[in-house]
Amino acid sequence: MSATVKDDAVIGKGFPRKELQRLLRGRGRYVADIKLPRMLHLAFVRSPHPHARIVDIQTAEALASPGVVGVYIGKEFTDSEPLVGIALHRRGHKSAPQYPMAVDRAVWQGQPVAAVVAETRAEAEDAAELVQVEWEELPAITSGEEAVAPDAKAIHPEIGDNLAFEHTISVNDPEKTLAQSHIVVEQSFRFERQTGLPLETRGMIADWNPGDESLTVHYAHQSPFQMQEIFSRHLGIPPLKIRVIAPDVGGGFGIKLNIYGEDLAVVMIARRLGRPVKFISDRLESLVSDAHARDHDIVAKMGVSAEGRITSMWLDDLGAVGAYGMPFRFNVAEGMMCITMAGACYDFSSYWGRTRSVYVNKNLVGMYRGVGIPLACIVTEVLADKAARQLGMDPADFRRLNHRRKEDLPCVTPNGSQLDTVSFEECFEKVLKLMDYDALRKEQADLRKRGILRGIGLASFVEATSYGPPYYGPSQASISTQDGCTLRLEPAGVVRCITSLTDQGQGTLTGIAQIVAEAVGLSFDQVEVMGNDSAISPYGGGAWASRGMAVGGEAALNAGRALKQNIIALAAAITQNLPEALDIKAGEIVNKESGAAVLSVAELGRIAYFRQDTLPKDADVQLSVTRSFADNHKHYYMANGIQASYVEVDEATGFIKLLGHWAVDDCGRIINPLQVDEQVRGGVVQGIGAVLYEEFMYGPGGGLQNGSLVDYLIPAASEMPDIHVAHVETPERTTQLGAKGIGEAGLIGAMGALWVSVNDALQPLGATVAHQPFTPERVLLAIKAAKAGR
Amino acid sequence: MTNEPKHSLTVECTVNGERVRREVPARRHLADFLREDLELTGTHLGCEHGVCGACSVLVDGAVVRSCLMLAVQAHGRRIETIEGLSDSGALKDLQTAFIERNAAQCGFCTAGMLLTAHQLTASGEAMTRPEIREYMSGNLCRCTGYHAIIDAVEAVLRSKSRTP
Amino acid sequence: MKYPDFAYVRPASLGEALDCLQKYGDSAIPLAGGQSLLATLAMRLSSPEILVDITGLTELSEIAREGDTIRIGALVKHVQLLQSPIVRGATPLFTAALPHVAHVAIRNRGTFGGSLAFADPAAELPACLVALGGTLVLGSSAGRREIGAEDFFTGLLETDLRPGELILEARVPAQAPGSRWNFSELSRRHGDFPLAGLAAVMSPMSEARLVYLGCADRPKLATATAGMLRGASYPLKDVPGLAAALAEDLDPADTPGCSAETRLQLAGTLTYRVLNDLQEIPAR
Repeated sequence: MSATVKDDAVIGKGFPRKELQRLLRGRGRYVADIKLPRMLHLAFVRSPHPHARIVDIQTAEALASPGVVGVYIGKEFTDSEPLVGIALHRRGHKSAPQYPMAVDRAVWQGQPVAAVVAETRAEAEDAAELVQVEWEELPAITSGEEAVAPDAKAIHPEIGDNLAFEHTISVNDPEKTLAQSHIVVEQSFRFERQTGLPLETRGMIADWNPGDESLTVHYAHQSPFQMQEIFSRHLGIPPLKIRVIAPDVGGGFGIKLNIYGEDLAVVMIARRLGRPVKFISDRLESLVSDAHARDHDIVAKMGVSAEGRITSMWLDDLGAVGAYGMPFRFNVAEGMMCITMAGACYDFSSYWGRTRSVYVNKNLVGMYRGVGIPLACIVTEVLADKAARQLGMDPADFRRLNHRRKEDLPCVTPNGSQLDTVSFEECFEKVLKLMDYDALRKEQADLRKRGILRGIGLASFVEATSYGPPYYGPSQASISTQDGCTLRLEPAGVVRCITSLTDQGQGTLTGIAQIVAEAVGLSFDQVEVMGNDSAISPYGGGAWASRGMAVGGEAALNAGRALKQNIIALAAAITQNLPEALDIKAGEIVNKESGAAVLSVAELGRIAYFRQDTLPKDADVQLSVTRSFADNHKHYYMANGIQASYVEVDEATGFIKLLGHWAVDDCGRIINPLQVDEQVRGGVVQGIGAVLYEEFMYGPGGGLQNGSLVDYLIPAASEMPDIHVAHVETPERTTQLGAKGIGEAGLIGAMGALWVSVNDALQPLGATVAHQPFTPERVLLAIKAAKAGR
Repeated sequence: MTNEPKHSLTVECTVNGERVRREVPARRHLADFLREDLELTGTHLGCEHGVCGACSVLVDGAVVRSCLMLAVQAHGRRIETIEGLSDSGALKDLQTAFIERNAAQCGFCTAGMLLTAHQLTASGEAMTRPEIREYMSGNLCRCTGYHAIIDAVEAVLRSKSRTP
Repeated sequence: MKYPDFAYVRPASLGEALDCLQKYGDSAIPLAGGQSLLATLAMRLSSPEILVDITGLTELSEIAREGDTIRIGALVKHVQLLQSPIVRGATPLFTAALPHVAHVAIRNRGTFGGSLAFADPAAELPACLVALGGTLVLGSSAGRREIGAEDFFTGLLETDLRPGELILEARVPAQAPGSRWNFSELSRRHGDFPLAGLAAVMSPMSEARLVYLGCADRPKLATATAGMLRGASYPLKDVPGLAAALAEDLDPADTPGCSAETRLQLAGTLTYRVLNDLQEIPAR
């Protein structure tokens, strides 16, 4: 079903974002733009080695360098509560404690070992080069496989070995089911390391006030309340003495949700100095210290019946998660999502899956858009295509046969994914039409005769959005899965809204304004939304897991309805009407039946704030309301979608050309189609980046070889395709609003579709490329291997 | 020789139509001069090594990367930034198109995008969509996927090439 | 990162600039467009004591034609070269290569001389200059000297420039009547340095001049390949001996993400594509 949008509706319309007026005129205020009186600048000295013992650190020369105010080394910060990134509900999950900076040993290249504070960033960098660290290099564990080898040395001997976490799912006799399947297809996969790379690097200003011993942190972060909790818990500062403000934030994608040792170091140094300290990560240090993602080796199998029905899946995942557990958000997430979401779109009941997260001498893996779901999607869709081909079926027919049907919902998949309002078949038929699948297949066949390698890829996927209390609660990470919304009617009849959500460009604040406007009965322009401030906003989670509209939107809807009720009650008292007879439309209080204007909201506001003397003695004027929302027992709102990709592979060069891309999504009720479409497109291109370009390359000893934007490639405009977007709207049934998330769908589906389309293109050569990213060299090697094997 | 190498120099130039004069360290790049000395923070640093294009400004009318130019090299030059070009109305059509098309999300790359697009549309010369993509390819955006940006630039270019 | 500290001087004349470079020798580096030099400073990969800003020397910013020779000043910007009718008319190989040079903002500031001095073996302009048989004019306070482009590039990011010397201009013979040319490269993204590229000029009366990008430590003529292709019939297809000739001419390095072997393979593919397409391009 597709919701029709009424003319006077505010929800469902593509309003442009108000903040763009500011951002497009150079009047944004990002953390790097903020200057505070007596502010100092901090630069970190980072380990150049993946694994090395600190024999000695000499700081005298750095201290004497012009402009320097202080030089600090790791062992001065061991009086803080160390970060231990384990999820308590994941049995056996272990991590060594992590201090703000390396104390006597660095365990990844890029780990901070010293901090220099100076009058300017340039002076801090100058002095950082003068900090003399005597290193004793130690052998580094550079891959997941090495980490779990029987003779592997534990990176952290105190936790025994390098296995952070292992989890196995086995349902309905998978061994036997596979063995009895008509065919079993198998594939191994390699996903290199990458990062989210928001264009604004991480940055913060810690401002300690020695007078009342309070802390204000201006921080480019997705979750101010999470950081308030962290600073309080780890530095012993009472929560009421902490204020975390996220100004305009230049993109997050999960990278700015993670918790970094530097966060604590910067605050501790500001507290020692009693002066504001600014740390703006340089791009070169961002690449080695922002949370990394992926780095998985996966082997997977799919059993299929003679008719083409999937019987079983088998999946073994090994993720190299870096040197410590990522605090609060956990390094088990990619692997767990991968093994629990694999095959979710398809109807089968036997499954075996294992994930192992292991420690290596690399930067920490943390949250990044899509987390482990793209891996689940890729594995499933690549195997599906392989099976279809082996059976001589068209890949679309194979999917049509296997998609879970609406009548089988709600259901729980064998690996534990909860499906309810998903729409695999509708999305599937829609994308085939949108791309004109049959015509493309014909074109592909015609061109193949001329030796041109074109490929078509389809990828169905789920996106678990708005992870809720049953997930984070038992982990005991003190992450707020509820969100809040405060509304205040102002005398002019307009509403100021304060949300606990944060916006890094998604259009979240605009969506909230639309929900509030419609709920109260105002026009879009009569609502102004702000958030991003832990001292002012109602308590809540912020931005993660594609939850803004679904969770924060529901809170806004409830708040708007409550405010409307209060306005109507007051209007009834003023105008001697029954509340039941009144409604609010576009800022006018009207008679519900006749539609006649009774009183404007502006007039009501004027009376309520300035002429209470004219009100009845007992009139209860409550024009500020706060509501919060959490779905107490819901794991997530499962959204879904499908994407298709059309590519051409140049056999002689290994280059891949993107010819077309189509995305059909079902994120439930759409609040603002303009924002939703661009969330999809932006996600698609990040997904393309992952599959074609993005990769941290390490040398034999584990040293990073491409630590700048010159050689860590992200997508640029020239090579990207136009992206066609369409929707199916199946509202979430447990909420009033019916919204689900959309933030990660673009990336998940794009990765799946591109993996499949490139391999489809290589079919005539019998080649398979299964090592991401698909560089020209990897494509050429795959072709060469196929030719040699013939 | 009277002209001796110095670590600190006076730079005198026009920024957004205003004459400015400051003493700056020789090593300060133009982006930091604009951001730190003049507090024009609309010019952003995304990589600070010449790749991302977020720091683009106009120098004597041509778009350049302000992280790859010394502040002292601005001496005697005419510098225009996102702030000045916005206030003068020079970017109005592009800004309107970007807002309508939602061609900016976090806004961090946007000043650079607009300035490159400004140079692209200035001539009014017709360009194909792939040509627009190629022209804009030195400015990286991590949020939008570029499609909307190309739409917005294309729309402005079309309207300009229609009206001579 | 912020640039490391250095001293800066802006000479008022060429003479003053050359004196300055002479006086400070190894500790001074000329600063032209800065699009490579300042990027290396921004990564703190080098820390020169003195930058000698030559961008004010307008006498080095001209493109002129003298008979059959094109003179391109060291400070000519990429955009100037791209738009020059003189260059398009006499040395269209440059015009074909320039859209591949980085991006608009870099081309607005980057200079011809700067690109030659930086001597990246994957860069477009040094390769074209060698293919066209150009000569560099170098100046110092002791005088001027000329050097053929092929001798100028001596190794990876290395040239024959001596301390105190400055590139003044390049003299490039106009492409001969009847000659054909083509330029192509394989880069991951538009504007990136290519994995491999090929600048080619073929004249009726002489052997093909082929210069591969990114496939050796410097731009140089692929003479074995050109010799092997002498008298070949077009379109080229499965030429026996091409791989061996390329292996003789080229010596690519293994780099992260792209092995020498892959680069050689790409060079082979480019040879077919560039030279076959070249036959379709109308001769001058």
